Amino acid sequence: MSQHIEFRDVSVHYGSKKALDEITLSAAKNTVFAIVGPANSGKTTLLKTLNRTIDFITSARVTGEVRISGEEVREMKNVYALRRRIGMVFPLPVGLPLTVYDNVAYAPRRMGIHGKSDLDAIVERCLRDSVLWDEVKDRLDLLGTRLSGGQQQRLTLARALSLDPELLCLDEFSIAIDPVTTMKIEEVLTRLKAKMTIILVTNLTQQARRMADKVAFINDSQLVEWGDTEKMFTNPDKEITGRYLNGDFG
Amino acid sequence: MNAANPFAPAAYELKKGRSMFAARWTTQLISFLLLVPVAWLLWMITDRAWPALSWAYLTTDVSGSGAVGGIWGPLAGTFYLTLLCLVIVAPIGILAGIYINEYAPDNKLTRSIMVAVTSLAGVPSIVHALFGLGAFIATMHMGKGMLTAAMTLSVMTLPVIITSTREALAGVPTNFREACWNLGASKWQTIRTIVLPNSFGGILTGVILVIARAAGETAPIMFMGAVTFVPIAKEGFERLVPYGINDEFMAMSNHLNLICKDIPGMSEHMKFGSAFVLLVLILTINGAASIVRSHLRRRKRW
Repeated sequence: MSQHIEFRDVSVHYGSKKALDEITLSAAKNTVFAIVGPANSGKTTLLKTLNRTIDFITSARVTGEVRISGEEVREMKNVYALRRRIGMVFPLPVGLPLTVYDNVAYAPRRMGIHGKSDLDAIVERCLRDSVLWDEVKDRLDLLGTRLSGGQQQRLTLARALSLDPELLCLDEFSIAIDPVTTMKIEEVLTRLKAKMTIILVTNLTQQARRMADKVAFINDSQLVEWGDTEKMFTNPDKEITGRYLNGDFG
Repeated sequence: MNAANPFAPAAYELKKGRSMFAARWTTQLISFLLLVPVAWLLWMITDRAWPALSWAYLTTDVSGSGAVGGIWGPLAGTFYLTLLCLVIVAPIGILAGIYINEYAPDNKLTRSIMVAVTSLAGVPSIVHALFGLGAFIATMHMGKGMLTAAMTLSVMTLPVIITSTREALAGVPTNFREACWNLGASKWQTIRTIVLPNSFGGILTGVILVIARAAGETAPIMFMGAVTFVPIAKEGFERLVPYGINDEFMAMSNHLNLICKDIPGMSEHMKFGSAFVLLVLILTINGAASIVRSHLRRRKRW
């Protein structure tokens, strides 16, 4: 089975501090891959190596291989094209200081899409997929920064979907979103899985259990283990994994 | 505790109350005292300038070494000098500010650039004047005139515009930039679409402060072609644009310096008239800066 995303012996140092220690794992196309683990264990860093926004952190040093469809991301000449293939949603909701419409149309416009009907279609599709459409459809000219935290979070998701990415990385996307809306988004994600691979970093182990095909448990910069969701939850190789996933860690 | 009134203040509370009172009124008094010199200065200048002021005063040529006539020559000189200075300093300063805040890595070179900028801001204007003389006239063999004067003012005001641009850009949260980078926008696209539109007010404030500074300085221009008197055309285009780019010129600050110091028997009205016009010019520009700033702050987008 061809692997869409592959990490091989990936280590990241921030200065002398080790943030990730020889992570090796891979995700197949059109699956949901969940990454769980306590705070500060390197989950977000792992995502940043994928779209190379880690390049902006001058103290960061990455070793090992990060491949998308077999292609090493650090050898890609056009880093912008790489980032457009990956939808990223980080835990802090960021509504750009533009209207809701312009927020979603931002990336398509940078790609040179300017036709009104094209943009209208993209904006509606993405806002529907992020379960925000019904709340904002009558006020698309509202500033994105004026939305509530949970709405901004879904706006961030809508923006991430605006370029039809082949890979969607969600880092704690549901942190500011109520459980009902979270369930709706999870339904959408299950549907989107047909079109893209989804990497889901989450603190909600039950969310990982509901959504994921595979689960990886990262603790203290190290990959403890990873495998099929059912096995990880019911019969993990390491005792600590079972304790974390079942909520009696530490 | 007082049995009759359980809420009566204790001794230490009374003492605290007295020191609070003293602190409040001392600071308030000192702050209000600051208004006195400003009001006095404005009153004194306005009162003495009043008889000289008229539309004709602004639009008539200087004659009799400034004793009679008006101030059209220096006024036009200050206007074009400031404009020229702005044309030179604004692009350089804004681009440098963008580089330092958005692109420059945090290393020794960048930090030394910032130290240089800060030091430049602390250099007295007379030293800038001598620098201009040495660099542009003696070394580059340019003639004294409006261009070299504007270039000297530009060097002097560069730190103002770099610092204000940098601060305006730094006021835009990093989150916005990261969100754009995650969408595959380049640094320049991010700056153009998100950072600059949201820091425009701060940058503009810097530009306006530069105008006020350039219009008011005397030292940097008096070695660089600002002279006592230049005869100017009576009519036509050259009446409105009296100086060429390399011509010697008159300017308000220099004119004021000369008529106060070098011309005997000058009437008070003419001196204070010039001072009044210069002051109003600069206060108006500064006022405009405040209005622009508060307007843009009100429509702040986050």
